[in-house]
Amino acid sequence: MDINIGTLVGQMIAMLVFVWFCMKVVWPPILNAIEERQTEIADGLAAAERGQQSLGKAQVEAGEIVDDARRQATGILDQAHTRASEIVADGKADGVRERERQLAVATAEIEQEANRAREELRGQVSAIAVASAEKILQREIDSSAHEDILSKLAAEL
Amino acid sequence: MASDGGHGSEASGGYIQHHLKNLQVCKVDGEWVWNDCAGNFWAMNVDSMFFSVFLGLLFLWMFRKVAKNASVGKPGKLQASVEIVVGIVDTSVRETFHGKSKLIAPLALTIFVWVFMMNLMDLIPVDLLPGVASLVGIPYLKVVPTTDVNITFGMSLSVFVLILFFTIRSKGVGGFIRELTMHPIAPPTKGFGLIAAPIIIAFNFILETVSLLAKPLSLSLRLFGNMFAGELIFILIAMIGWYQLPLHFMWAVFHLLIVTLQAYIFMMLTVVYLSLAIEEH
Repeated sequence: MDINIGTLVGQMIAMLVFVWFCMKVVWPPILNAIEERQTEIADGLAAAERGQQSLGKAQVEAGEIVDDARRQATGILDQAHTRASEIVADGKADGVRERERQLAVATAEIEQEANRAREELRGQVSAIAVASAEKILQREIDSSAHEDILSKLAAEL
Repeated sequence: MASDGGHGSEASGGYIQHHLKNLQVCKVDGEWVWNDCAGNFWAMNVDSMFFSVFLGLLFLWMFRKVAKNASVGKPGKLQASVEIVVGIVDTSVRETFHGKSKLIAPLALTIFVWVFMMNLMDLIPVDLLPGVASLVGIPYLKVVPTTDVNITFGMSLSVFVLILFFTIRSKGVGGFIRELTMHPIAPPTKGFGLIAAPIIIAFNFILETVSLLAKPLSLSLRLFGNMFAGELIFILIAMIGWYQLPLHFMWAVFHLLIVTLQAYIFMMLTVVYLSLAIEEH
């Protein structure tokens, strides 16, 4: 364990070279990688945080939109119901009106027909009566002598 | 070797001696000589140097591989474990060293991992590598570089040079001299006390020089002492025959703590000394 220069200086030179080498090409890349990763992790965490926040915001927004849509749908449904019942009521009223109109028309027509028939019948009956009276009277009486009685009869019919 | 331990104090003494001897090379009379270098100041411990450089290269190769393929998004398992070490060193340096320097953190990383790996060689069974080496004709082999005081001194001297460099760079030569002479007792600047000033300055200088030199000395001797003692106990345990296994295991577990702790202490003290060097008192 005596001191000798060879080993002492040899070790000093070896250490100098090793430290220099370590300083130049070993330490910087490794530390760079570590520090870069630290930054990346910090960035990633921040991004995740931001994502979480915007997700929450989006969820609230989506909820609002869904609520809005639901309200609108309810409104539309209500309107449709109202409209439908209106249409039904309108239809019913139209139907009733149409029926009454048709009924009135039919009734009037029937009355008209009846009147005409009655008139016709009346004319024919009087003609028949005159004819038959004529025939009878031709045999028994002079028609001109009884003219006034006959016309009085026809008017009474 | 372990089997002939315990037969006598001479045999066991020889066994320990053999284990504590470095493989040395030196120049005697213009000739390269192996292992006959006792007391030769210019010798070199080939085994310590070999394992030290080998482990240093292993460390750099491994970390360089990770650095080259460093992926930000998908780190592999090796990268993850390397990043844990780098993270620990980076945190320690940031907490302790408040100046700006590109050198400190890589220096601390190199010291920590390198010393840790050198210390870790202690956990290889003490007879394994020397046994293999003796088969190929290498008579001595110390596999733990940090049990060689030259290795720890080499590292702490480098740190010492850095301490001086950082001090002078941040405070100038004048600041460095002032630091050595004007602390801890401020010499009087006027009046009667002026006579005492040179004595106070001399006293300060001695005190501060001792404390300055104590830094590299304590740094290297702490590591060396711990590892040497640990290695010695491994050797002693290896001598007791088959019963060594549970003991060896227990000491290895305990030693694992020392291995890590000493590497960490060496690194932290280096950082602390260098941060003291740039700080104003």
